[in-house]
Amino acid sequence: MKVVIASGKGGTGKTTVAVNLAWFLANCGRKVQYIDCDVEEPNGNFFISAHFSKRISAFVMLPVVDQQKCTSCGECSAKCRFNAIVRLPGNTMIFPELCHGCGLCLLVCPAKAISEDEREIGIIESGMGWGGISFVHGVLNIGEPMPKPLIRKVKEQGLSDHIQIIDAPPGTSCSFVETISDADLVILVTEPTPFGLHDLKISEEVARARGKSIRVVINKDNGTFRPLEKFLEDRRLKITARLPENRKVAEVYSKGDILLEELPDYREHFSSIAAEVFRQSENLEHSPNGVLP
Amino acid sequence: MKIAITTSGDNLASPMDSRFGRAVRFLVYDTDTKGLLLVDNSQNLNAAQGAGIQAAQTVAEAGANVVITGHCGPKAFRVLKAAGIAVYNCEAATVQEALGLFGEGKLLTASNADVEGHWS
Repeated sequence: MKVVIASGKGGTGKTTVAVNLAWFLANCGRKVQYIDCDVEEPNGNFFISAHFSKRISAFVMLPVVDQQKCTSCGECSAKCRFNAIVRLPGNTMIFPELCHGCGLCLLVCPAKAISEDEREIGIIESGMGWGGISFVHGVLNIGEPMPKPLIRKVKEQGLSDHIQIIDAPPGTSCSFVETISDADLVILVTEPTPFGLHDLKISEEVARARGKSIRVVINKDNGTFRPLEKFLEDRRLKITARLPENRKVAEVYSKGDILLEELPDYREHFSSIAAEVFRQSENLEHSPNGVLP
Repeated sequence: MKIAITTSGDNLASPMDSRFGRAVRFLVYDTDTKGLLLVDNSQNLNAAQGAGIQAAQTVAEAGANVVITGHCGPKAFRVLKAAGIAVYNCEAATVQEALGLFGEGKLLTASNADVEGHWS
């Protein structure tokens, strides 16, 4: 069971919801794995108190041109979707920072002048955290413009017999799309502000286009922002929990503490979210092809 | 000698385009034949990435020996250098004016990129 916690807008409370949901599920005696896909600024490990026992490098394929064999035909440059190859007479140049490692150039080169090398784009650390929660995250190398291949490799560390709580990166572009690609449930965390609603609309549209089951958690809820309520009604989006606005939540977060330990009043809300996760998990088990309707 | 100038128009009186990678097109002026050639760059105008280096390939394929543009980023500069094309930064208003300044020797060759990538 893969549950992605996402939002679009940064600062809505993705990590707060992800960490506390993981805490709640672990306290229910479930096997939980926390997967932090926010590879550009991972911080879930602080809350889960993760102790890393394994560290591996993540690589992407990098094409290398044998200039002796190259006939400067320009086929690789013309076919590259990422504009990463330039053909000059007698000099085919590859720009690693633009290359996505797809390997198409190797396939189309008629002179077989291109071979594979690899390039490290980041590291993947895994271990154990609070309450027996398995933890894995990716850390993108500084200056590396492509998070997507690393996110894919982080998710490959997912344990199939665990409930995977996947913290998504902010935004609604490639990183988000990659993170939700194989999710069984997408929980969108939003806040009752025009900014929160704006990004909720985009992330909902993307997740819907990907055919995902979507639930909404309203964080910092004060019940006063009508446009959000209207959008949720119009879209018939199911609100799984409303976390009340409370300055103390921010204080707990800023210390890296677990909200549900410090403010037990919030447990009932996470009980609702957990119940939704269990419901989806059961639906998944009972669906003939392992795909949710 | 062929000089490629970035422009948004299609003749010598047209305004210069200060961008290189995402210039609308290149006007290539042949100093030997006095001929003009327009080279389209629209495929790079909306490229998600790599516009500069592809534009550099385009001007190299057009046989240019010199590029006159507003600004040139580091990756495009690497390609132009590898292709043996000299880069001149110029803030002239029109193509004609830029060619005039070049002819009078008033432009200096750039030895490096003058802006970071994605500057515009």
